[in-house]
Amino acid sequence: MNKLLLAALVSSAIAVPAYAADYTIMAPAAPGGGWDQTARSMQQALTEEGISSNVQVTNVPGAGGTIGLAQFATQENGNPNALIVGGYVMVGAILTNASPVSLENVTPIARLIGESDVIVVPANSELQTMDDLVAKLKAEPGAVSWAGGSAGGVDHIAAGLIAKAVGVDPTQVNYIAYSGGGEALAAVLGGQVTVGISGYGEFESQIAAGELRALAVTGSDQVEGIPTLKESGVDVNVENWRMVAAAPGITEEQKASITADIEKMANSDTWKSILETNGWTDMYMAGDEFKAQLESDIESTTAVLKDVGLVQ
Amino acid sequence: MDTFGLLANGLAAAMQWQNLIYAFIGVTLGTAVGVLPGIGPALTVALLLPVTYRLDPAGSLIMFAGIYYGGMYGGSTTSILLNTPGESASIVTALEGNKMARKGRGGPALATAAIGSFVAGLIATLALAFVAPWVVRIAIAFGPADYFALMVLAFITVSAAFGDSPLRGITALFIGLGLGVIGIDLQTGQARLSFGIPDLLDGIEVTTLAVALFAIGETLAIAATSANVKDEVIAVKGSIWMTLEDWKRSWPAWLRGGFIGFPIGAMPAGGAEIGTFFSYAAERRLTKHPEEFGEGAIEGVAGPEAANNASAAGTLVPLLTLGLPTSATAAIMLAGFQQFGLQPGPLLFTSNASLVWALIASLLVANFMLLVLNLPLIGLWVRLLTIPKPWLYSGILLFATLGTLGANGAMSGSLGPIRFSFELMMLLGFGILGYVLRRFGYPIAPVVIGLILGPLAEQQLRRALAISQGDPVVLVHSPLAIGLYIVAAAAVLVPLYLRLRGKGEVLRQLAADED
Repeated sequence: MNKLLLAALVSSAIAVPAYAADYTIMAPAAPGGGWDQTARSMQQALTEEGISSNVQVTNVPGAGGTIGLAQFATQENGNPNALIVGGYVMVGAILTNASPVSLENVTPIARLIGESDVIVVPANSELQTMDDLVAKLKAEPGAVSWAGGSAGGVDHIAAGLIAKAVGVDPTQVNYIAYSGGGEALAAVLGGQVTVGISGYGEFESQIAAGELRALAVTGSDQVEGIPTLKESGVDVNVENWRMVAAAPGITEEQKASITADIEKMANSDTWKSILETNGWTDMYMAGDEFKAQLESDIESTTAVLKDVGLVQ
Repeated sequence: MDTFGLLANGLAAAMQWQNLIYAFIGVTLGTAVGVLPGIGPALTVALLLPVTYRLDPAGSLIMFAGIYYGGMYGGSTTSILLNTPGESASIVTALEGNKMARKGRGGPALATAAIGSFVAGLIATLALAFVAPWVVRIAIAFGPADYFALMVLAFITVSAAFGDSPLRGITALFIGLGLGVIGIDLQTGQARLSFGIPDLLDGIEVTTLAVALFAIGETLAIAATSANVKDEVIAVKGSIWMTLEDWKRSWPAWLRGGFIGFPIGAMPAGGAEIGTFFSYAAERRLTKHPEEFGEGAIEGVAGPEAANNASAAGTLVPLLTLGLPTSATAAIMLAGFQQFGLQPGPLLFTSNASLVWALIASLLVANFMLLVLNLPLIGLWVRLLTIPKPWLYSGILLFATLGTLGANGAMSGSLGPIRFSFELMMLLGFGILGYVLRRFGYPIAPVVIGLILGPLAEQQLRRALAISQGDPVVLVHSPLAIGLYIVAAAAVLVPLYLRLRGKGEVLRQLAADED
């Protein structure tokens, strides 16, 4: 009996293709959040496409992902099987939390998906267009309360950039932080705040139902016919995105191999159908192009967080 | 088709034999995992989500519902028997439930929790089916100022858990409020009182504090008392089933718990545990056996457990009608919906009516399945208490430790070359605090309640004042807030008045006797 078991174990071990790497993906957030969903979707796509035979997801929640990031950078040094999911929110959180570990302490592989923020008002609001909002903001900045996700996150950054672009002191932005776009949605629907600003997906069904009016999206392209900020005369372009990074201290060959696996995953049908069902936009970008984009995002985020007074 | 017809169709779909099997598997897995502290319903559902991809939509929703209910009930079981609340919503259950269990009444405590969960789940699910669109309108009308008023009311009713000395109760509450300040401030993104320790950035985990104060603190207290002290834990005394008296005292508490829990759960920023506080306070005020509270009153288990379950169904109101997940489990369920191309929101009830009603029906089925599975198991569970005390408490220590490591086992602390789990050190540190509080007669629950309510109240107050640009009038500007303050004032003044009048009567009585 034992011999049989042993034989089964050995044969199953041999059956695993030698080229397939095992990955452990850290979602630096609690189960259920965006990063967790991204990590678990990667797990699904990597295994179903046969890119990797064994993918585990671990959750290390807290502080905009910086707790997970710090743990990842110190404990996975040189481990070619370790991946971490992150995103724009992490860029802001690293700065506001004065995190000792930054994205420079890991090996960014690729930007995967993204989402534009959308600016909404309740259907019965007096504000009809982005111009109305800009006029009100210029007249009395404090009277415009913005509901969005956590302080220093992409929603807050976008609000600060808008104020700055229209010539209003960003420190005057009356930003009301909620623990997520969902809670902010309730505040907008209840007319507790002037405008809501968060990911398009958070407000999508309410916009479709006519409960909320979308004034503009913050990204570079229109979404469902909603004009962009640039088209509305506000020179701001900011999108939330999620990325995957590998451990620090890996060799160039290891980095190339991981990048190849991720690229294969990003081009797979499984991944495309996951994006479709979740309503995520493909924003795949890797290599030097991603490196340059990341640097410019970090630079502009640092500037705006200084402007709104969150970073000294 | 009217609501009844739709619900009947949904029930017909949910009652297919394979769906019943999914419900059974879900409840079994949920209960089994929920009994282990540390892995809550959210993580269980997250882990099982990929499994359900292969089921049809109705089947996977039913399994979700089963896991959700099973996980919550499993948490109550350990709270009652071992005094280790695995999630914040079952902290109140531990207060009276564990006292009952020690007096040999663990069976009735588990039974009233299971039946109460069923009754309240039934009320709440029916409420979800019939009044969800209206409830959500009211829930949305709650602004930050109204939430703050609700928190003020909660703080006042919390005094029900203070025990005999208000001063000690308030001291304990303030320890909790102080601990609640630790971590990143949501409004400004700045860290407070974290002393540069990354593990403190997210504040103190409620379950870590609760398990430490309740379970570790008690284990230390037991270890510190002389071994000659007679063992007070009686495993089973009398019937393990509920007596007629238990039924009579439980059913009004179940109903009240159900009606308190559902609207609280439906609020976008409610939190299941707040409903349990209100329910406990209400039962303590209304009981005919006030002397039993703190010593194992069955109403104190029946009400909060019912409120907890009703609140869980309540969280589906904002989820289904607004697409608004108000708990981690709801967020994972939202991901599950999207897997089937469903977008929860105002259009869901019209665009995907059959699936929504299948979900509501599956909640009813899962709820019933919970009862079927758990009532026969009660006899088995209470045997846990017949384990000799040293073994039982070492088991409690083991499970509390494993649970904490399971929830956050990162070896993130370090002392020179030695790495250790910071969360575990917090567990032990708070365990010592729990022992000290016990040793000097301070109540435990207000500390945990302070940690839960403090940050909520603070955030809502600051949001209200930020929106009004600093004008405090906003706090009493809405009828909802005014109404809540009136209730809060009544909760303080009415007993005071009654006591004064009572004293007056006693004095008159004395005067009359002298004549």
